[in-house]
Amino acid sequence: MAYVQRKVPFIGAPDTNPETKPFWDGCAAGKLLVPKCGDCGKSHWYPRGLCPHCFSDKLEWVTATGKGKIYSVSVMQRAEVPYAMAYVTLAEGPTMMTNIVDCELSTLKIGQEVTLKFVPSEGGPPMPMFTPA
Amino acid sequence: MSLKGAAYIVGAFEHPTRKATDKSVALLHAECAKGALADAGLTKDDVDGYFCAGDAPGLGPLSMVDYMNLKVRHVDSNDVGGSSYQVAVAHAMESINAGRCNIALITLSGRPRSEGQATGTAPRAGNPAQPDMQFEYPYGPTVVNQYAMCAARHMYEYGTTAEQLAWIKVAASHHAQHNPHALLRDVVTVEDVLKSPMVATPLHRLDCCVITDGGGALIVAKPEIAKSLKRPLVKVIGVGESPKGQLGGDVDLTYTGARHSGPPAWEMSGIKPTDIKYASIYDSFTITVLMQLEDLGFCEKGQGGKFVADGNLISGVGKLPFNTDGGGLCSNHPANRGGITKIIEAVRQLRGEAHPAVQVKNCDLAIAHGTGGSLGTRHCGSTVILERE
Repeated sequence: MAYVQRKVPFIGAPDTNPETKPFWDGCAAGKLLVPKCGDCGKSHWYPRGLCPHCFSDKLEWVTATGKGKIYSVSVMQRAEVPYAMAYVTLAEGPTMMTNIVDCELSTLKIGQEVTLKFVPSEGGPPMPMFTPA
Repeated sequence: MSLKGAAYIVGAFEHPTRKATDKSVALLHAECAKGALADAGLTKDDVDGYFCAGDAPGLGPLSMVDYMNLKVRHVDSNDVGGSSYQVAVAHAMESINAGRCNIALITLSGRPRSEGQATGTAPRAGNPAQPDMQFEYPYGPTVVNQYAMCAARHMYEYGTTAEQLAWIKVAASHHAQHNPHALLRDVVTVEDVLKSPMVATPLHRLDCCVITDGGGALIVAKPEIAKSLKRPLVKVIGVGESPKGQLGGDVDLTYTGARHSGPPAWEMSGIKPTDIKYASIYDSFTITVLMQLEDLGFCEKGQGGKFVADGNLISGVGKLPFNTDGGGLCSNHPANRGGITKIIEAVRQLRGEAHPAVQVKNCDLAIAHGTGGSLGTRHCGSTVILERE
């Protein structure tokens, strides 16, 4: 079955508060930025203004390599256009919710290596998604 | 000092409706309150504490205390989804122990079926201020595909099979055939579950709970009052609650909040899983049941599939009778929140008032565990252990 990219239902423009604006600006520039703590050294997800591991505010944005592995995946079949919901564990450490796109959905497997691909959204910046490596 | 036995569940009522097109949510709450008070042998004016959660309309306690014209001196509104009502029992017990109220009313109601809600399959937008929204909602997370990711990971790590998950639905259906109010009363087989349409891999339609209108209510009272009433005594002997999220990106979908809500409840109660005669286990999906059973200690982690297979959860057949009313999988999931019906069926079992075909003999110890929110993102596990005195 040929892959069909469903419309990405972005809910208006993203919240561009100081906490998340750099992230979305990064997406617009084709970069996946992951917050990393300058105190405890751990990366986290989803991005916050305070490290959820140690509460430090010394956070920096690290550009992700875009490599990751599928932690879990479910193909949503009861939808007009079936799609793959997934958690992908980034090479940088954290695991993020995403979609796996541009692939035969039935072949997706946990543990599979994937690479970053930005997909346009309606009314917002492109969304970071992944495709089989 | 331990809270063990500081309160009793003296009244329990489950609304018989499964579709309430002609009733408001507030009316359903009030009808449940009336039913639970009648069950306890108490009146509205005896209530001095009121507890509700996010299903209550408006500013929950304010709207509902006003609608029912209650005269209370203590209110509490927590919201951890479908597990809020186990939490409410625990918090009512704490309040009673602290002298803040003597007779607490807990209500739940909703009408997602009348309102045509696609509870499990439509992505639900939250408040844009919800910090995870912008990083999750655009991808189309639904209740089903989030739980499905837990099931997929459990299968990957432990070899759990779709057939094993199906046994959970099969057991619920065996019980539901005896419940005249259950939405789905047909007994199903493992094959029926596996042949039902796939919703989100690996969960089929029959792995999912029903969507129903309705509600329930509980009356929690201090021991002296419980002992003055004419109903069998159901003592609260253990409680625990534990929210679990994505752990800052260290996502682990293989366990539930029960891993941390169970131990304090077991410790308080002084009993262990093998002492339990009847278990109400939140069944939004089959995978929810399997993972909670592991996390509550009914079997080793990863062994849930073997534990639930071959009818082990069927009353009169297996070792651990569960959800003898048919549970959320077959009977009722009012307001998309099944915590309160779990407690109500446990009370029925302990009183000996369950349907004779599913009543557990000499049922003196029961557990009612809830999971609210979404197992795949953020949820709460809440445990209540009860004893027939």
